[in-house]
Amino acid sequence: MNRLGDLERAVMDVLWERVEPLTVREVGRALAERDLAHTTVMTVLDRLAKKGVVVRTREGRAWRYRPAASRENYVSELMFDALGQTGDRDAALAAFVRSMNGTEAEALRRALAEIDQPRT
Amino acid sequence: MVSAALLATISVGCLLAAAPLRRASWPVRGPHVGVIAWQALGLAWGISTIGALLAFGLAPYGEGVFGGLVSLADDALAHGFYLSALGDAPLGATRVAAIVAAFWLFAQLLFGLTTSFVHVLRTRRRHRDLLRLVARDDPDVPGARVLDHPAAAAYCLPGVLRSQIVISAGALQVLDRHELAAVLAHEHAHLRQRHDLVLLPFSSLKRAFPRLGVIETSYRAVALLIEMCADDQASRARSARELAMALLRFGTAGSAPVPAGALAAAAAESDQPDVVTRVSRLLNPVAELSRTATAAVLVSAVALMTTTLALWHLPM
Repeated sequence: MNRLGDLERAVMDVLWERVEPLTVREVGRALAERDLAHTTVMTVLDRLAKKGVVVRTREGRAWRYRPAASRENYVSELMFDALGQTGDRDAALAAFVRSMNGTEAEALRRALAEIDQPRT
Repeated sequence: MVSAALLATISVGCLLAAAPLRRASWPVRGPHVGVIAWQALGLAWGISTIGALLAFGLAPYGEGVFGGLVSLADDALAHGFYLSALGDAPLGATRVAAIVAAFWLFAQLLFGLTTSFVHVLRTRRRHRDLLRLVARDDPDVPGARVLDHPAAAAYCLPGVLRSQIVISAGALQVLDRHELAAVLAHEHAHLRQRHDLVLLPFSSLKRAFPRLGVIETSYRAVALLIEMCADDQASRARSARELAMALLRFGTAGSAPVPAGALAAAAAESDQPDVVTRVSRLLNPVAELSRTATAAVLVSAVALMTTTLALWHLPM
């Protein structure tokens, strides 16, 4: 993982952890052990805002940043893509197997029972 | 007119051939060759349909499709877009309509391919951005990223520079070590053989003509065949049984038992689910497609393409 990606992740972790929107300075302070320059934190937040995963609001003279959605939301979105439930995303990813409907799962369950039988 | 008739025959023939090719049993024994057959059929269909329309429309020039296009351009430029040769020929208006239809079809195909490609790239970029934020590395699965979600999923995200394989925590839970290795081998095969690029033209055709059943059919057939290609690679590296077990575990993880009514509905369906086809193929291996049969398919594919292209030159 490259350095910038690693930073983006760390910044998001900070924002997800805190309930209230944070300023650049507060994010930098939360990541004090990394000893980041103010401009670096600003660049990372700017990038995240451009990608739409961070929302910023003006408060007095400072911008405050908060996540656009929770971590769980993003994980669900990825899984949704992966299981092919959004019909037009077929070619974007190659899933090991698409999400199955009840009938397919039942057919497989029967097949599994048949294979497991001889061993028990 | 002869070339127009022959090209139209090829075009219709390609459409008619889709159903038997989907039902045929040999592609299951040689999925790679099967994919090539579908590609040849799809390409020949496009070239012959456009060719048939152009050959009919440009027949008054008597120079074939390629020569006719050049004459058409000359004619249009020389006479201020009044197509003298076509206008005076019998069926003049119909011929112009055929030429317009050919250009429309070509534009439609090109547009479908482009938008599909852009859409895929955009989806992947968003997916990659989010993965970077929420996926984690796991020492148990080197080379793959892990998503903390209870449902079972494993997939690859193809990229130009760096492709990624992603597996969910739910999948790690249901798979044992060997099955996991088989799944990873399957995904690596997809990435190595660039199966996403194989599927792309078919998914963009589907986008361009969403209501054509035959395109949906071919898309599904190709999608299943490339899964089989990856299955073959993985079962060579690991074992077919481990891979089949992994498929079964994915299918049976987390999904609730089916009510009796749903099962009855399934019995009425003639097609068995794709995943069941894959599992039974792995557990009861059939002989690989013979060399002779492979060669026969490849020669037919080449012959189909050359004939279609040759007819574009036929000045009759």
